[in-house]
Amino acid sequence: MSEVETSVEQTVQQLYGCAMSQAFGQDVLFVPRDRYVEVIKSLFNDGFDVCIDLTGVDYLELPHRKVAEGVTAERFEVVVGLLSMTSHRRIRIRVQIPEADAVLPTLFYLHPGTEAHEREIFDMFGIVFEGHPDPTRILMPEDWDGHPLRKDYDRGEIPVQFKGAPS
Amino acid sequence: MSIVDKQKIVSANTDEGPQELRSRSDLTVSAVLRDVGAVLRMSESEVAAMAEVSGDVGEDQTMIINMGPQHPSTHGVLRLMLELQGETVLRCKPIIGYLHTGMEKTGESLTYMQGGSNVTRMDYLSCFNNELVFSMAVEKLLGIDGDIPERAVWMRMLLSELNRMSSHLMFLATNGMDLGAVSMMLYGWREREEVLRFFQKVTGLRMNHNFIRPGGVAADLPAGWRDDILEILESLPSRLEEYDILMTGQPIWRQRLQGVGVITAHEALALGLTGPILRSTGVAWDLRRDMPYLHYDQLEFDVIVGSYGDSYDRYSIRFNEIRESMRIVYQILEAMPQGDYRIQNKKVTPPPRARIDESMEALIHHFKIFTEGFKVPEGEVYTAIESPRGEIGCYIVSDGSAKPYRIHVRAPSFVNIQALPHMMRGGLIADAVAIISSVDPVLGEVDR
Repeated sequence: MSEVETSVEQTVQQLYGCAMSQAFGQDVLFVPRDRYVEVIKSLFNDGFDVCIDLTGVDYLELPHRKVAEGVTAERFEVVVGLLSMTSHRRIRIRVQIPEADAVLPTLFYLHPGTEAHEREIFDMFGIVFEGHPDPTRILMPEDWDGHPLRKDYDRGEIPVQFKGAPS
Repeated sequence: MSIVDKQKIVSANTDEGPQELRSRSDLTVSAVLRDVGAVLRMSESEVAAMAEVSGDVGEDQTMIINMGPQHPSTHGVLRLMLELQGETVLRCKPIIGYLHTGMEKTGESLTYMQGGSNVTRMDYLSCFNNELVFSMAVEKLLGIDGDIPERAVWMRMLLSELNRMSSHLMFLATNGMDLGAVSMMLYGWREREEVLRFFQKVTGLRMNHNFIRPGGVAADLPAGWRDDILEILESLPSRLEEYDILMTGQPIWRQRLQGVGVITAHEALALGLTGPILRSTGVAWDLRRDMPYLHYDQLEFDVIVGSYGDSYDRYSIRFNEIRESMRIVYQILEAMPQGDYRIQNKKVTPPPRARIDESMEALIHHFKIFTEGFKVPEGEVYTAIESPRGEIGCYIVSDGSAKPYRIHVRAPSFVNIQALPHMMRGGLIADAVAIISSVDPVLGEVDR
């Protein structure tokens, strides 16, 4: 047990030159956008060879959230969950993506399983994945306007009309 | 930035083209190669050496047909576009979104107290697992994940395992129906109904229970619960043996499934598949054993693995996982401790009904929890458990208020369904339904 704790302690600061922090005992790595694929490739070679999850967050209403030192918080974040089946560990990658240039290289060629996830993030947040083989919407209809999970997307409401029960 | 400008940007971003399977004339050779090769993590030269190059099939020999959108195998609304040459499937593309109801967006406007009733509707065949992973994420954010009472933990495991049984029984039923073994459909539904009847007794509902909540479970087990479970557990083995005779050893059944929809361990890992599909390829990966949560590390059970990665392996893995779950439930029955079924933290747990009449403070807490909900500290967290379909994960970002800022569910079916094109490639159209069925997707969870 103590061994595990010290090894975590050592990696708290940096990993592949990226800021690393702990969130509720889970490893979180803040990767700059230009080193995104490179770092995930290094992690792949270090045993984190399964990409279990890929999702996005729109931090429009939360600009002053806690990020690791030296990381500039931007509007969007793409969160990648990697799993190592050999060491039974997980690591989470957070990439900051500015609103003005919401583009990220695709992970498809490294983790083909991210194909649908990336389409979903494009659909829901409008983040474009460069080099994706099929950059179409996945859940919304193809002629849909806007990206529903963005915080400034108008939710809209349909009033429920209650009618009196027939007497 | 004005609203008009914003809309311009948004509409400029949404011109992304059709979601359909492109016709062969639109398709470049490199696109097909990428389609096959990337999943195998091959180099370009290795791909080029493969025999399967699209150039040798003319467009006049092929036909693109739609399978769906309907309920091809009672899993939900799925549409497949298949490119056929004669009876052979050349390419396939699942088109999803027909059940999309924006549950992740809905989750942002529900309190943590209400969130359970939202997530439980995603994978409607394993409701308890959805609730469990959501509750575990919220508890981790609250920092109370270590303080959940023992009885609640064991109850969660009990319900989760019974849920696995009911889900796999449902799989046996639909798998039987898809392959023409209609009697199995009736038997599977009958057995599942017996488990659901127990759920109804415990939670009041057959499905969509909202029973596992942050802090514990909603209520204690009802009187006579042990006998009800024993009744289920005692009636099942002889029936499972019957189904073994009916299906497992039957030549027609075997020929419909063996060697159909083969996927290798290499492909499965590259695609991020989990659950019985990954295990059918021989990778012994089960979060219950490999990254234990709750008290699974105190239980004795086997992780069932296959070796061929075909539909038959996936069928027998699920079949035998029912037996493993029964073994686990027996152990849980022995270990079930007495005590509280939810955490006695007044900020999270509503006070008992009787206390409200006596105590002003209890009344206030009750009112606060049900109107505003409880506040959860800022942060982000990911938890994952083994659902009947694979790893179900919940990623929550909290902004410190009573509602999640962002809630994302990593749905196993959403990922698993991507394996369909690879399983179907080169197969027969008659096997398509068998393959969909063996993946056991729940489209409610795929589309969320």
